[in-house]
Amino acid sequence: MKETHYSSQQQSSPPQTDLSKRKWIGGAAALVALSPGLRLVELAAAKPNDQPASSAVRWGMLVDTERCTDSCTACVDACQLENGWGKGSTDESRSRATQKAHWIRKVKLRDRETGKTHILPLFCQHCENPPCVDVCPTGASFKRADGIVLVDKHICIGCRYCMMACPYKARSFIHEALHDQRVLVPRGKGTVESCTFCVQRVDRGEQPACVEACAKLGNKALTFGDLSDPESAIAKQRTEVTSRAIRADLALNPRVRYQGI
Amino acid sequence: MKMAGKTAGSTRSADVQVTFLHRLVLYVMLLAMVSLVRAAVPVPDIPLPQDAKQCVQPKSIMRREHFNFLYHQRDETMRRGIRTKRYSLVNCVSCHAQKDAKQQYIPINEKGQFCSSCHEYTAVKIDCFECHATVPVSKSAGQ
Repeated sequence: MKETHYSSQQQSSPPQTDLSKRKWIGGAAALVALSPGLRLVELAAAKPNDQPASSAVRWGMLVDTERCTDSCTACVDACQLENGWGKGSTDESRSRATQKAHWIRKVKLRDRETGKTHILPLFCQHCENPPCVDVCPTGASFKRADGIVLVDKHICIGCRYCMMACPYKARSFIHEALHDQRVLVPRGKGTVESCTFCVQRVDRGEQPACVEACAKLGNKALTFGDLSDPESAIAKQRTEVTSRAIRADLALNPRVRYQGI
Repeated sequence: MKMAGKTAGSTRSADVQVTFLHRLVLYVMLLAMVSLVRAAVPVPDIPLPQDAKQCVQPKSIMRREHFNFLYHQRDETMRRGIRTKRYSLVNCVSCHAQKDAKQQYIPINEKGQFCSSCHEYTAVKIDCFECHATVPVSKSAGQ
């Protein structure tokens, strides 16, 4: 991947306000008044366990590449710990480095003319029109109502068409039997996997592990939130700064945008 | 030999006696076979959870329907994000996983444990644990 020109920025249309969702957030605010010990941010995003993911919510991420540094791997480490792949795991010991799971990786871009480099984390871009879902022959690749693109490993046959279709190389395949999976992150041999926006955390109202780790370190390069909510930090930030989609020419409308490239 | 149905209406006692004897021999043989099988494969002694008093449904329903509950829940959770606890596999494992002498959890699919003992007896393969965690807590910190 190489950086070329800055002019063709693709700005998304302003987020739509959904009446039912506004009511819901109103309810959450009332709850905050009742229970002063709880944090507003978590409550506003928390989904009740017995409720399905709502299409009124549209999860997205904004990456500030100016704040991302070359030496830091906090987001990658946090992802590995949360989802049980890579360093923290004793599994995949016989796979080559290029075969192993990679849910998130750091990519360096260099402008050929100026030599200016950008460091950015690259992971599933959770496209609005995901090509992985288009090509999946079994329906295992799917997009949840709230825009999170997932693999249903119960029906994934491991054909890896989705890996071919993804322009971001975001997906990986498990080649060997696994034993130390995380309780809420099932992973197994013969299936394809990728970043889930930490769906298990998002469903209980938390931020993805990478976002939390980056913020804890003080870099704050990652902002996660509901793009449909004009009051959310990510929606506000996207109205203020210029951000762009990687491979915007493919018109996939990814939910992950990069600022500063 | 006449069939049992035909002899039922007959008044000849010899016929009735023959069929009765045949039946008796058949029953005895069947009983012997059943007892032989029972002796060869003992009914599994399933370890039960120590903390919980009862399951999410009566035992008779769970025996017949647990996979239907799990199938339904799997799609609800995976596809729609509904994460109710009652029929979730994580909930099953958290109750039914046993601890060893060192207070460490034993994988639930290990020989003699809750899932595997019954599934081995009934010769039904389960592949839940090719992907799902076999103990209620993750091996390293984080969850």
